Amino acid sequence: MRRLLALVPLALLAGCSGMQSMSEGAGFGSHLFNQLMLLFLVVTGISYAAVLLFLTMAVVGRRNEGGEPRLQALLIAWTGFILIGLILLTGASFLSDRREAREGSDRTPLKVTVNANQWWWGIEYQNDDPSQSLRTANELHLPVGRPVELKLNAGDVIHSLWIPALAGKQDLIPGRENDLRVVPTRIGHYRGQCAEYCGLQHAHMAFDVTVESPQAFAAWYKAQSQPAPEPADPGIKAGHDFFMSHACAMCHAIGGTPANGTTGPDLTHVASRKTIAAGTLPMTRGALMGWIANPQGVKPGARMPAVGMTPDELHAVASYLETLK
Amino acid sequence: MPHVGPRFRARLFWLLIAGFCLLSSCRQSDRSQTSDPRAEGAGGGAILSDPAQQGYSTSAFHIGEGQRLYSWMNCAGCHGPHGGGGMGPSFMDAEWRYGGGMADIVRSIDGGRPNGMPSFHDRLTGQQMWQLAAYIRSLSGLAPKDVVPSRGDQMSSKAPITQRSPDKPAEPREPY
Repeated sequence: MRRLLALVPLALLAGCSGMQSMSEGAGFGSHLFNQLMLLFLVVTGISYAAVLLFLTMAVVGRRNEGGEPRLQALLIAWTGFILIGLILLTGASFLSDRREAREGSDRTPLKVTVNANQWWWGIEYQNDDPSQSLRTANELHLPVGRPVELKLNAGDVIHSLWIPALAGKQDLIPGRENDLRVVPTRIGHYRGQCAEYCGLQHAHMAFDVTVESPQAFAAWYKAQSQPAPEPADPGIKAGHDFFMSHACAMCHAIGGTPANGTTGPDLTHVASRKTIAAGTLPMTRGALMGWIANPQGVKPGARMPAVGMTPDELHAVASYLETLK
Repeated sequence: MPHVGPRFRARLFWLLIAGFCLLSSCRQSDRSQTSDPRAEGAGGGAILSDPAQQGYSTSAFHIGEGQRLYSWMNCAGCHGPHGGGGMGPSFMDAEWRYGGGMADIVRSIDGGRPNGMPSFHDRLTGQQMWQLAAYIRSLSGLAPKDVVPSRGDQMSSKAPITQRSPDKPAEPREPY
């Protein structure tokens, strides 16, 4: 039992690495949060130590040592410390909040709509020119330094969007639009996660976040705006044909093809993503085939049904999806 | 431990027995997420031989999934958001052009019908068709009251389905 207890802090340490960690501080929000956290730790730490000191004095020291004047001085000092500490914490919280709201306000924000569903993320980059808008799923690419205004909607139940490395979390509520402002400050790969229990596969509702240079972001955006390539060889064509003539096309969209369902994630450039099934599996041939063949084995309760197909058809569909870079 | 009389002990014993009896109701309802792969594949006949078909019309889970599919597949586009009808026939009256049994409805979805009903053959899996059929039957009060969805996801001015009389499946009435 004691050995098990010793493992608890170790398990907590596992949360301290990289892509899904508040302490990463890769966004202005989480950077400020870390500073605030440190300040709170210092102030509350000092008061904790002081209380322990008073306790020790009361236990060890003699009664009424130093008399009334000493007690009075101590009380005044203690009250003063509490007042100053509280003012410091309140003021710092307020100023951090204002700073976060102001950060990057001189730059045009990137507008992204997030639509959370059981159990995946629909992502839509908005543009004043609607033809330049971009739809993708389960991944967020952000240019470094530019503020991002996320509009948050939910299609079924309450979800919560949380990218710990970048900012705090915000709920997505059906029938209501929430906002979240994020300013990414450091290039890297991060991970977002649903932070409000939303049903069976809540734990498997994640997405990849890539913060990159403005040039890389522009290149990505341009590539993602292209329709899917035509199937080149007969094997891939067979997969394309199966996809279009079966249940797949009823829920998924692939740009440039007749498939334009919006019930499931957009697959136009699915092979360019790092993960599939909302951050559940890596984007590899094996994972892709396993997921298509038996979605309910990977994510029990997921809305994707197992479509009856022969092994040849499965190979063909996987080959086709792999060409959607 | 304080002293307890034999009668109290006997009562406690029977109380425990009764408690254990209650546990027997802790069985989760059957929520098979996939239909039998043998029933999938080519031909409406194969879909109609789904061995689990009895279960769909009495399962709250499957009827709920059918309700979801009803809006996802835009059945509401022709048959109305609550099955009230429109371009396509209503599901709320007691009239069924091609039969109101589970298999009849699945046959209509799978093969389509003349004058507008498209075929969803291969476009939906067999299980999805059974789920849809179960939901469609619930719209005219043909599903047991304890399994029908209590409210739709859309806005509605009508009472939820559970609060309507199951005996009178919305037959046209004389105005009085």
